[in-house]
Amino acid sequence: MSHKIVTKRQLSEDVFTAEIEAPLVAQARKPGQFVIISINNEYAERIPLTIAGADPQKGTIRLIWQRVGKTTAELADMNVGDNIVNVVGPLGKPTHTENFGTIVCVGGGIGNAPLLPIARALKEAGNKVITIIGARNKELLILEDEFAEISDELIVTTDDGSYGRKALVTEPLKEVCQREPKPAQAFVIGPAIMMKFCCEVTKQLNVPTLVSLNTIMVDGTGMCGGCRVEVDGQPKFVCVDGPEFDGHKVNFDLMMKRLDTYKDHEQSSYEKYKKHGCKIGLDKS
Amino acid sequence: MTDKERKELLRQLLEKHKRGELKPADRYKIPPQDMPEQDAVKRRKNVNEVATGYTETHARLEALRCLQCKKAPCIEGCPVQIRIQDFVAAIADGEFKKALDIIKENSLLPAVCGRVCPQEVQCQQTCTVGLKFKDPTKAVSVGRLERYVADLDQDSESVPVVAPETGMKVAVIGSGPGGIVAAADTRRAGHDVTIFEAFHKTGGVMVYGIPEFRLPKAIVQKEIDVLAKMGVKIVCNFVVGRTRTIEQLMKEDGFDAVYVGVGAGLPRFMGIEGESLVGVYSANEYLTRSNLMKAYDFGKSADTPILRSKKVAVVGGGNVAMDSARTAVRLGAEKVYLVYRRTEKEMPARIEEVHHAKEEGIEFHILRSPKRVIGDENSHVTAIECLKYKLGEPDESGRRRPIPIEGSEFTIEVDTLIIAIGNAANPLIRQTTPGLEFNKWGNIVVDDDCKTSMEGVYAGGDIVLGAATVILAMGQGRIAAAAMNNYLAEKKKSRGSAHG
Repeated sequence: MSHKIVTKRQLSEDVFTAEIEAPLVAQARKPGQFVIISINNEYAERIPLTIAGADPQKGTIRLIWQRVGKTTAELADMNVGDNIVNVVGPLGKPTHTENFGTIVCVGGGIGNAPLLPIARALKEAGNKVITIIGARNKELLILEDEFAEISDELIVTTDDGSYGRKALVTEPLKEVCQREPKPAQAFVIGPAIMMKFCCEVTKQLNVPTLVSLNTIMVDGTGMCGGCRVEVDGQPKFVCVDGPEFDGHKVNFDLMMKRLDTYKDHEQSSYEKYKKHGCKIGLDKS
Repeated sequence: MTDKERKELLRQLLEKHKRGELKPADRYKIPPQDMPEQDAVKRRKNVNEVATGYTETHARLEALRCLQCKKAPCIEGCPVQIRIQDFVAAIADGEFKKALDIIKENSLLPAVCGRVCPQEVQCQQTCTVGLKFKDPTKAVSVGRLERYVADLDQDSESVPVVAPETGMKVAVIGSGPGGIVAAADTRRAGHDVTIFEAFHKTGGVMVYGIPEFRLPKAIVQKEIDVLAKMGVKIVCNFVVGRTRTIEQLMKEDGFDAVYVGVGAGLPRFMGIEGESLVGVYSANEYLTRSNLMKAYDFGKSADTPILRSKKVAVVGGGNVAMDSARTAVRLGAEKVYLVYRRTEKEMPARIEEVHHAKEEGIEFHILRSPKRVIGDENSHVTAIECLKYKLGEPDESGRRRPIPIEGSEFTIEVDTLIIAIGNAANPLIRQTTPGLEFNKWGNIVVDDDCKTSMEGVYAGGDIVLGAATVILAMGQGRIAAAAMNNYLAEKKKSRGSAHG
């Protein structure tokens, strides 16, 4: 099956979005799920990417990714019409969507991508959605318009104040959770450290919190355990038990250490690609 | 024995054989033919196949060791009842095509099984010659002979004949040995067969689990290619239970029958402290990175990383543990320890794999097992704390139960720990197929025809038996396919009469 890139856009310096052909995935996917892709069979690596959206009619899914290494850079260098050889999904347990009442959704940086379909589903389920999105600076802030469309209240922050309110997302989060009445449920997605600090805030203020984890993965179907995290002291596989977990029970410190397992490999791979990258043909099918 | 001596011996024996004068006593005297192998030191640095294969002389000499017993106990020992005695006789006579045809009556994957079957507990265990020498490794080397004739055929273009199209659709879930065989046999009956594979490459455990140095991927690919030539459709990147459910395949996508061959794809962890530290792998992950994703070539022709460990401990005593340890050697580890809580006698691994592992410098620590994993401030593995064990009364597996010796803790410095203690059934099919009956281990319940509790749904291999072997999976694939063919013939008939 071919997975051609149908549309492609750059959202910020290192963030890209594309719609790709994946009719079976588009049809079956529910918010919160992801795909695993690999660009070719000549030993490209497999990486998980959240399904940011889908159009079952067109048979396409939307991916949003940040260029952080060789594979995400190769993807960024592909063009409309190019083919991603392997796309498998939808993987993971769909998000728990119900009418909680008033909820607060918090997205940090690239975490806005997986958060969007979840927030949308929660809005459709009848929740009052308060959304807080933040990024280091204006450049890195994505999907503001899409969130504005589906949120009852939208708070935008940047760490450096270049846009919106100058704050870490934890600040408005604390304020929202201190309201009377406080939100019934929080959904937090972003870099591990951001999720960790947000969960500390919501734990103190007794707001149940779900997070969506982004560990290293290989198969994505539960057969290798490479994606395991400690939840309540027990090992869980993000790809089949998650990607959503009770944020107050996740061992974020261990997760962050595990995320760095191949830091050196990734760095050397990316350096090599950046040096020779343009020579790698886009005619690879 | 030199090649020249071997050829001379064969010549003499064949003369006697042609005159019908070869007696059992003569046959017992024929030296068992060792498998030519890559040098043990050299092969620590490459992933080429270790066993390089018999020559014709080896094969015919080995085949002449067979007594051609009246009762053929070897056939009893074979899970798929190959006419072993007959194919061995054909090899002795130099009729290699005939030998292969005999094997293929019952086994579709001789190049694989000849390499990976645990012959020492199957055909070679019951072999009269082996019993005479009280050593199954001195039995007639059935596996090596099977491999010999299978390998001769590697370039053949022959494709099994497919019956006229029936219009009935079969879905085969999983492209491992069970799925391959079920697909071939249902396709031969003329049905429209599609294999659905979760990974991006076919072959199942034969590709992601068993390393290149034990089973070259090209061999597995050839079997898959034959299927494609027969007209079997192969769809990769399709996870049944997520992309589509079995119910959707049958009720909406028009499949009349389904074979579930999804294997035992859930890694078992020990549940000890520190098992999620950086540097602890399940064997599945370690092997999938190395075998399927070619991580041993990271930076050159592959993008998937794997830790280049210095000191590795592998926990377990099966083939997977041996494969993991031998892979670690090839990835450049200075020290590789195999830690097992029973003794070598209880190890389920093939004797050949244990032997090769030792030759490659892997240190065996028997009657030992990790109690906890120790890490540094960066959550990286630095050591394992182990306990010493002794063996007590037999447990449910029939093997003597390992009993920890209190206070015997000691540590082994390692930077990587690979857990190779077995695999259980992946729960995805169970969670997404209400109506399909499972046992308490998560395995699918089937009858003698490999039929499940759902109409039109059959299953076999590891998902039924628990983690087992290629040949058992293949055997069940054949049984299931035969039952499916009957079911589909009935279904087609009743469909025909409904249209009257």
